Amino acid sequence: MNTIPAAKAKAVNKALSGIAGFDEITGGGLPRGRTTLLVGGPGSGKTIFAMQFLVHGAERCKEPGIFVAFEERPDRIVANFEGFGWKLAELRRKKLFFLDAEPAPDLIQSGDFDLGGMLAVLGAKAKEMGARRIVFDALDILLTLLPDDTTRRREVYRLHAWLLASGMTGLITAKDDDGEASATSKQPFGFMQFMVDCAVVLNHRVMQGVSQRNMRVQKYRGSAFDENESPFLIGKNGFEVTVSRQLGRGILNVSKERLSSGVARLDTMLGGGYYRGACVLITGLPGTAKTTLSGAFAEAACKRGEHTLFVSFDAESNEVVRDLASVGIRLDRQIKSGQLRMISARTVTGSAETFLVRIKAFAKEHRARCIVIDPVSTWSKSGDGNSTHSVAERLIDWSKAEGLTLFCTSLLDEMSSPKRVGTAIQISTLADTWIHLNYLEQAGERNRSLSIIKSRGMAHSNQVRELVLGDAGVTLADTYSAGGEVLMGTMRWEKESAERVAAEVNEVAAQLKRVRLDAEEAELEVRVKSLQVELEAKRVEKVLLVRTAKSREGELSRDRTHVEGLRGADAIAPVRKGKR
Amino acid sequence: MSRRVKFEFRLYVATDAQNSVQAINNLRAFCHTYLPERHEIEVVDVYKEPRQALADGIFMTPTLLKLAPLPTQRIVGTLKQTQTVLNALGIEGFAS
Repeated sequence: MNTIPAAKAKAVNKALSGIAGFDEITGGGLPRGRTTLLVGGPGSGKTIFAMQFLVHGAERCKEPGIFVAFEERPDRIVANFEGFGWKLAELRRKKLFFLDAEPAPDLIQSGDFDLGGMLAVLGAKAKEMGARRIVFDALDILLTLLPDDTTRRREVYRLHAWLLASGMTGLITAKDDDGEASATSKQPFGFMQFMVDCAVVLNHRVMQGVSQRNMRVQKYRGSAFDENESPFLIGKNGFEVTVSRQLGRGILNVSKERLSSGVARLDTMLGGGYYRGACVLITGLPGTAKTTLSGAFAEAACKRGEHTLFVSFDAESNEVVRDLASVGIRLDRQIKSGQLRMISARTVTGSAETFLVRIKAFAKEHRARCIVIDPVSTWSKSGDGNSTHSVAERLIDWSKAEGLTLFCTSLLDEMSSPKRVGTAIQISTLADTWIHLNYLEQAGERNRSLSIIKSRGMAHSNQVRELVLGDAGVTLADTYSAGGEVLMGTMRWEKESAERVAAEVNEVAAQLKRVRLDAEEAELEVRVKSLQVELEAKRVEKVLLVRTAKSREGELSRDRTHVEGLRGADAIAPVRKGKR
Repeated sequence: MSRRVKFEFRLYVATDAQNSVQAINNLRAFCHTYLPERHEIEVVDVYKEPRQALADGIFMTPTLLKLAPLPTQRIVGTLKQTQTVLNALGIEGFAS
């Protein structure tokens, strides 16, 4: 519980550098009011780092800054940095001050001297403009003017003491030609590294012909920091350090939302589609329709209105668009509407790090929610295996942190056995959903098959399906198994048509039976009718019979009365109750 | 060089820092010896006049600026090596 105030207090003691990644490594930037030493070889990006620190302070943190240039004239520095889109010329009027401290080439020395003059000038200037940040760029140049180590040491101490007293956040850059190892032992940087509160080392190596820049925080007094080497890049917006997500940096937002794969039956196989924010990996041999599945996913994403980034490593974007149009995936429309952005990046243009940073930048720029990388395995060609693996890890990590759905394809080596499917950069273990595409050679045919190797957190089909590419798009055919084998292609077709014939025969038989039953029914109905008529006749006959009998009886009694009357049998006629 | 030419110096010092005090003394002694009656010394304290120091591009103290005769020249340090100063100011020949 008490970690929160601690973290807050920590941030207060730091000055944000504005360098993506560096502020995360150090937990908030450079030590505020203290001195940081930045050591690196020529062209390692020291000046850019320093300038970005100042620009960020002046623009975002209301901390005006001073840049003391020992190596280059300020005008040239300003011109050099135009390319990064930093408004140095504008900032220079008020918030940034450049001190041209390049030693005059004709400087004559006679006897002992010190930096008092410069510090006096800077002190006055800092007070005047309220500077909070200061950079001494290429201090080594100044130090070479000093006659001996004792003097150098003394002047560095003087500078350091002045910096501390001024309360400004200081950054001193110094060249280091021999690499990091000797830097600690070499004078005067050796003792500088002990003196300062924070030391950062930049290096620039070439690994297997691919340039790789790394930075490492060597020390940071009173603060936790990531002590590993972190790759960085000098991009069009300046310095950018790539960092892996650190433990406890917050809980991921896990989504239960399902995203369509663009292939209806594949969605069914996955029980609804991929999860949002998942990492989907498609592996397969060349030509197994990995790109097609990528395209289907991208198109589905665009149709949902989600901005999508499609990075194609081995083919030009136009080619991909054309090829996918042949199977009914119309990416051109999505590009036109601005939903889809396609980038073609041939592997030769840089290290895996570079790609990662670029992909991140593009994704940010495009506000992408889905990213397709086809194929991610090309990375294994650039740089050594370790670094590409870590890049892939960071890519997944980053996309998860951002809630992006990542769709990667990976080419499998043709030589590797199908039992041992694994990707070159081993991201298969990190992927949430892994779909494997393969060829099934059967009865003289090659047919594409699709199977889901894993899909975390969802019920998924265990069947191997046949992937059918047609003009109308991608479909998964029903599977037929015979004798434990899944049938595909022509064999599936044969099986399908055999079933169709059988179904027709059944249909006809059923119809015949219905007709016969109809006839029988009609016949019975007729019989029922005639019997009913007969019944009616009998009823009528019965009624008639009753009536005749009655009338005859009536006739008889009337006759009897009449006869009795005639004979005068009774004086009074008998009472006939029924008559009234 | 004509003996009538007047030398104008501006010496930047850091208040009472040891090397600054030495420089003032060294310069005065030097002028007394080599440029009697034809020199002018202006001592500027960088802590009191930082703007002027900035305008003159002073980064180390002590720094001596020779303003006249032209061209201007600057020498950093305590000026203790008289020969170096003589050479730099182009007053050689008077050393012996």
